[in-house]
Amino acid sequence: MVADEDKVFKALADPSRRQLLDRLRRKNGQTLSELCQGHDMSRQAVTKHLNLLEEANLVATTKRGREKLHHLNPVPINEIYMRWIGKFEQGRIQALHNLKQALQEKDQ
Amino acid sequence: MSDFVYTTYIKTTPQRVWDAITTPEFSRQYWGKANVSDWKPGSKWEMTNDDGSVQMTGDVLESQPPSRLVLSWVSPANRADKSEYSRVTFEIEMMGDLVRLNVIHDQLKPGSEMARSIAGGWPRVLSGLKTLLETGQVLADWASYKGGCSAAPAKVA
Repeated sequence: MVADEDKVFKALADPSRRQLLDRLRRKNGQTLSELCQGHDMSRQAVTKHLNLLEEANLVATTKRGREKLHHLNPVPINEIYMRWIGKFEQGRIQALHNLKQALQEKDQ
Repeated sequence: MSDFVYTTYIKTTPQRVWDAITTPEFSRQYWGKANVSDWKPGSKWEMTNDDGSVQMTGDVLESQPPSRLVLSWVSPANRADKSEYSRVTFEIEMMGDLVRLNVIHDQLKPGSEMARSIAGGWPRVLSGLKTLLETGQVLADWASYKGGCSAAPAKVA
Protein backbone atom coordinates (compact mmCIF):
# COMPACT_ATOMS: atom_id res chain seq x y z
CA MET A 1 0.00 0.00 0.00
CA VAL A 2 2.97 2.37 0.08
CA ALA A 3 3.77 2.77 -3.61
CA ASP A 4 0.09 3.14 -4.32
CA GLU A 5 0.18 6.37 -6.25
CA ASP A 6 0.16 4.30 -9.46
CA LYS A 7 -2.96 2.56 -8.22
CA VAL A 8 -4.67 5.90 -7.65
CA PHE A 9 -3.95 7.14 -11.15
CA LYS A 10 -4.90 3.82 -12.73
CA ALA A 11 -8.12 3.71 -10.74
CA LEU A 12 -8.99 7.22 -11.86
CA ALA A 13 -8.17 6.52 -15.51
CA ASP A 14 -11.54 4.94 -16.18
CA PRO A 15 -14.83 6.79 -16.75
CA SER A 16 -16.95 4.14 -15.03
CA ARG A 17 -14.87 4.31 -11.90
CA ARG A 18 -14.91 8.10 -11.90
CA GLN A 19 -18.67 7.92 -12.25
CA LEU A 20 -18.88 5.63 -9.23
CA LEU A 21 -16.86 8.17 -7.23
CA ASP A 22 -19.19 10.95 -8.44
CA ARG A 23 -22.15 8.97 -7.22
CA LEU A 24 -20.55 8.44 -3.82
CA ARG A 25 -19.82 12.13 -3.61
CA ARG A 26 -23.50 12.86 -4.17
CA LYS A 27 -24.57 10.20 -1.69
CA ASN A 28 -21.96 8.71 0.60
CA GLY A 29 -22.26 5.29 2.20
CA GLN A 30 -24.05 3.30 -0.55
CA THR A 31 -24.34 -0.47 -0.80
CA LEU A 32 -23.35 -2.46 -3.87
CA SER A 33 -27.02 -2.86 -4.83
CA GLU A 34 -27.62 0.89 -4.65
CA LEU A 35 -24.55 1.52 -6.80
CA CYS A 36 -25.75 -1.00 -9.37
CA GLN A 37 -29.06 0.79 -9.82
CA GLY A 38 -29.35 2.93 -12.93
CA HIS A 39 -26.06 1.58 -14.24
CA ASP A 40 -25.55 -0.20 -17.53
CA MET A 41 -22.85 -2.31 -15.93
CA SER A 42 -23.38 -5.75 -14.50
CA ARG A 43 -23.19 -6.30 -10.78
CA GLN A 44 -19.98 -8.19 -11.40
CA ALA A 45 -18.42 -5.27 -13.26
CA VAL A 46 -19.43 -2.79 -10.56
CA THR A 47 -17.90 -5.12 -7.94
CA LYS A 48 -14.67 -5.25 -9.91
CA HIS A 49 -14.50 -1.47 -10.23
CA LEU A 50 -15.25 -1.01 -6.53
CA ASN A 51 -12.48 -3.45 -5.60
CA LEU A 52 -9.99 -1.48 -7.68
CA LEU A 53 -11.15 1.77 -6.08
CA GLU A 54 -10.85 0.20 -2.64
CA GLU A 55 -7.34 -1.07 -3.38
CA ALA A 56 -6.35 2.42 -4.43
CA ASN A 57 -7.85 3.66 -1.13
CA LEU A 58 -10.25 5.93 -3.01
CA VAL A 59 -13.18 4.08 -1.52
CA ALA A 60 -13.40 3.21 2.18
CA THR A 61 -15.92 0.68 3.41
CA THR A 62 -17.81 0.16 6.64
CA LYS A 63 -20.16 -2.58 7.77
CA ARG A 64 -23.78 -2.00 8.70
CA GLY A 65 -25.09 -5.36 9.82
CA ARG A 66 -24.53 -7.63 6.86
CA GLU A 67 -24.29 -4.75 4.44
CA LYS A 68 -21.08 -3.22 3.21
CA LEU A 69 -21.26 0.54 2.74
CA HIS A 70 -18.98 2.40 0.33
CA HIS A 71 -17.64 5.86 1.08
CA LEU A 72 -15.65 8.23 -1.07
CA ASN A 73 -12.18 8.61 0.46
CA PRO A 74 -10.53 11.68 -1.05
CA VAL A 75 -7.37 11.46 1.10
CA PRO A 76 -5.12 10.09 -1.71
CA ILE A 77 -6.38 12.80 -4.08
CA ASN A 78 -5.61 15.39 -1.44
CA GLU A 79 -2.05 14.07 -1.25
CA ILE A 80 -1.68 14.55 -5.00
CA TYR A 81 -3.18 18.02 -4.69
CA MET A 82 -0.83 19.06 -1.92
CA ARG A 83 2.16 17.70 -3.77
CA TRP A 84 1.72 20.01 -6.73
CA ILE A 85 -0.33 22.88 -5.42
CA GLY A 86 1.19 25.22 -2.87
CA LYS A 87 -0.70 26.82 -0.05
CA PHE A 88 -0.50 30.30 -1.53
CA GLU A 89 -1.57 29.18 -4.99
CA GLN A 90 -4.75 27.78 -3.58
CA GLY A 91 -6.72 31.01 -3.62
CA ARG A 92 -5.78 31.85 -7.20
CA ILE A 93 -6.63 28.38 -8.45
CA GLN A 94 -9.95 28.49 -6.64
CA ALA A 95 -10.70 31.87 -8.20
CA LEU A 96 -9.97 30.52 -11.70
CA HIS A 97 -12.14 27.51 -11.03
CA ASN A 98 -15.02 29.70 -9.84
CA LEU A 99 -14.66 31.94 -12.88
CA LYS A 100 -14.76 28.96 -15.21
CA GLN A 101 -17.83 27.55 -13.48
CA ALA A 102 -19.64 30.88 -13.61
CA LEU A 103 -18.88 31.36 -17.32
CA GLN A 104 -19.92 27.84 -18.22
CA GLU A 105 -23.20 28.19 -16.34
CA LYS A 106 -23.90 31.39 -18.25
CA ASP A 107 -23.31 29.70 -21.60
CA GLN A 108 -25.78 26.92 -20.92
CA MET B 1 -26.83 9.64 4.88
CA SER B 2 -24.13 12.13 5.68
CA ASP B 3 -21.46 9.95 7.21
CA PHE B 4 -17.86 10.45 6.20
CA VAL B 5 -15.14 7.83 6.30
CA TYR B 6 -11.55 8.84 5.69
CA THR B 7 -8.71 6.35 5.51
CA THR B 8 -4.97 6.63 5.25
CA TYR B 9 -2.13 4.11 5.52
CA ILE B 10 0.95 5.26 7.40
CA LYS B 11 4.34 3.66 7.80
CA THR B 12 4.58 3.99 11.57
CA THR B 13 3.27 2.42 14.79
CA PRO B 14 -0.25 2.64 16.29
CA GLN B 15 1.21 4.36 19.36
CA ARG B 16 2.74 7.12 17.23
CA VAL B 17 -0.59 7.73 15.51
CA TRP B 18 -2.36 7.82 18.87
CA ASP B 19 0.20 10.28 20.21
CA ALA B 20 -0.08 12.43 17.10
CA ILE B 21 -3.82 12.81 17.67
CA THR B 22 -3.83 13.18 21.46
CA THR B 23 -0.70 15.22 22.21
CA PRO B 24 -1.11 19.02 21.88
CA GLU B 25 2.50 19.70 20.78
CA PHE B 26 2.22 16.95 18.19
CA SER B 27 -1.20 17.81 16.78
CA ARG B 28 -0.24 21.46 16.50
CA GLN B 29 2.49 20.54 14.00
CA TYR B 30 0.31 19.03 11.31
CA TRP B 31 -3.20 20.06 12.36
CA GLY B 32 -2.48 23.62 13.42
CA LYS B 33 -4.56 22.93 16.55
CA ALA B 34 -3.80 21.54 19.97
CA ASN B 35 -5.98 18.62 21.06
CA VAL B 36 -6.27 18.74 24.84
CA SER B 37 -7.78 16.19 27.24
CA ASP B 38 -6.77 13.42 29.59
CA TRP B 39 -8.53 11.17 27.01
CA LYS B 40 -10.41 9.17 29.63
CA PRO B 41 -14.00 8.10 28.91
CA GLY B 42 -16.38 10.78 30.16
CA SER B 43 -13.72 13.51 30.12
CA LYS B 44 -14.04 16.69 28.15
CA TRP B 45 -11.75 17.34 25.19
CA GLU B 46 -10.90 20.58 23.44
CA MET B 47 -9.21 21.59 20.22
CA THR B 48 -7.57 24.95 20.73
CA ASN B 49 -6.05 27.51 18.40
CA ASP B 50 -2.64 29.12 18.92
CA ASP B 51 -4.32 32.12 20.57
CA GLY B 52 -5.92 29.81 23.14
CA SER B 53 -9.44 30.08 21.76
CA VAL B 54 -11.42 26.86 21.54
CA GLN B 55 -12.15 25.68 18.01
CA MET B 56 -14.01 22.47 18.77
CA THR B 57 -14.96 20.54 21.86
CA GLY B 58 -16.92 17.55 23.15
CA ASP B 59 -16.64 14.51 25.37
CA VAL B 60 -14.51 11.40 25.22
CA LEU B 61 -17.01 8.61 24.58
CA GLU B 62 -14.59 5.68 24.24
CA SER B 63 -10.86 5.46 24.70
CA GLN B 64 -8.71 2.39 24.07
CA PRO B 65 -5.14 3.54 23.49
CA PRO B 66 -3.63 3.07 20.98
CA SER B 67 -6.38 1.56 18.84
CA ARG B 68 -9.69 3.36 19.28
CA LEU B 69 -10.89 6.80 20.29
CA VAL B 70 -14.48 8.01 20.02
CA LEU B 71 -15.33 11.66 20.62
CA SER B 72 -18.45 13.75 20.51
CA TRP B 73 -17.78 16.80 18.38
CA VAL B 74 -19.38 20.22 18.65
CA SER B 75 -18.40 23.85 18.23
CA PRO B 76 -18.10 25.57 21.62
CA ALA B 77 -21.02 27.89 20.80
CA ASN B 78 -23.33 24.86 20.57
CA ARG B 79 -21.98 23.01 23.62
CA ALA B 80 -25.37 23.07 25.36
CA ASP B 81 -27.33 21.86 22.34
CA LYS B 82 -27.14 18.07 22.06
CA SER B 83 -28.78 18.13 18.63
CA GLU B 84 -25.66 19.84 17.27
CA TYR B 85 -23.35 17.06 18.45
CA SER B 86 -21.70 14.85 15.87
CA ARG B 87 -19.35 11.93 16.51
CA VAL B 88 -15.79 11.22 15.43
CA THR B 89 -14.24 7.75 15.67
CA PHE B 90 -10.54 7.13 15.18
CA GLU B 91 -9.67 3.49 14.43
CA ILE B 92 -5.97 2.68 14.45
CA GLU B 93 -4.99 -0.77 13.27
CA MET B 94 -1.90 -2.57 11.97
CA MET B 95 -2.34 -3.84 8.40
CA GLY B 96 0.79 -5.75 7.44
CA ASP B 97 3.65 -3.36 8.11
CA LEU B 98 1.48 -0.26 7.88
CA VAL B 99 -0.93 1.42 10.23
CA ARG B 100 -4.40 2.00 8.87
CA LEU B 101 -6.06 5.07 10.32
CA ASN B 102 -9.81 5.34 9.80
CA VAL B 103 -11.59 8.53 10.74
CA ILE B 104 -15.36 8.16 10.76
CA HIS B 105 -17.37 11.34 11.23
CA ASP B 106 -21.06 10.56 11.63
CA GLN B 107 -24.25 11.69 13.35
CA LEU B 108 -23.93 14.94 11.43
CA LYS B 109 -26.95 17.05 10.71
CA PRO B 110 -27.46 16.81 6.94
CA GLY B 111 -26.67 20.06 5.18
CA SER B 112 -25.25 21.66 8.33
CA GLU B 113 -22.28 23.99 8.27
CA MET B 114 -20.34 21.29 10.14
CA ALA B 115 -21.13 18.67 7.47
CA ARG B 116 -19.89 21.04 4.77
CA SER B 117 -16.75 22.22 6.50
CA ILE B 118 -15.35 18.85 7.54
CA ALA B 119 -15.38 17.55 3.97
CA GLY B 120 -12.38 19.72 3.15
CA GLY B 121 -10.76 19.50 6.55
CA TRP B 122 -10.20 15.83 7.29
CA PRO B 123 -8.34 14.93 4.07
CA ARG B 124 -5.90 17.75 4.75
CA VAL B 125 -5.39 16.74 8.39
CA LEU B 126 -4.79 13.10 7.43
CA SER B 127 -2.36 14.00 4.63
CA GLY B 128 -0.42 16.20 7.02
CA LEU B 129 -0.34 13.51 9.68
CA LYS B 130 0.91 10.88 7.22
CA THR B 131 3.66 13.14 5.92
CA LEU B 132 4.80 14.16 9.39
CA LEU B 133 4.95 10.59 10.71
CA GLU B 134 6.67 9.17 7.63
CA THR B 135 9.16 11.95 6.96
CA GLY B 136 9.34 13.90 10.20
CA GLN B 137 8.46 16.99 8.17
CA VAL B 138 5.34 19.03 7.81
CA LEU B 139 4.15 19.41 4.22
CA ALA B 140 6.41 22.12 2.80
CA ASP B 141 4.16 25.04 1.94
CA TRP B 142 1.33 23.80 4.07
CA ALA B 143 3.27 23.89 7.33
CA SER B 144 1.59 27.00 8.64
CA TYR B 145 -1.81 26.27 7.19
CA LYS B 146 -4.36 27.05 9.83
CA GLY B 147 -7.47 25.80 8.12
CA GLY B 148 -7.62 22.60 10.14
CA CYS B 149 -11.08 21.13 10.04
CA SER B 150 -12.89 24.26 11.05
CA ALA B 151 -15.54 26.29 9.37
CA ALA B 152 -13.51 29.44 9.95
CA PRO B 153 -11.60 30.93 7.01
CA ALA B 154 -7.90 30.20 6.99
CA LYS B 155 -5.61 32.74 8.57
CA VAL B 156 -2.69 33.64 6.36
CA ALA B 157 0.52 33.23 8.29
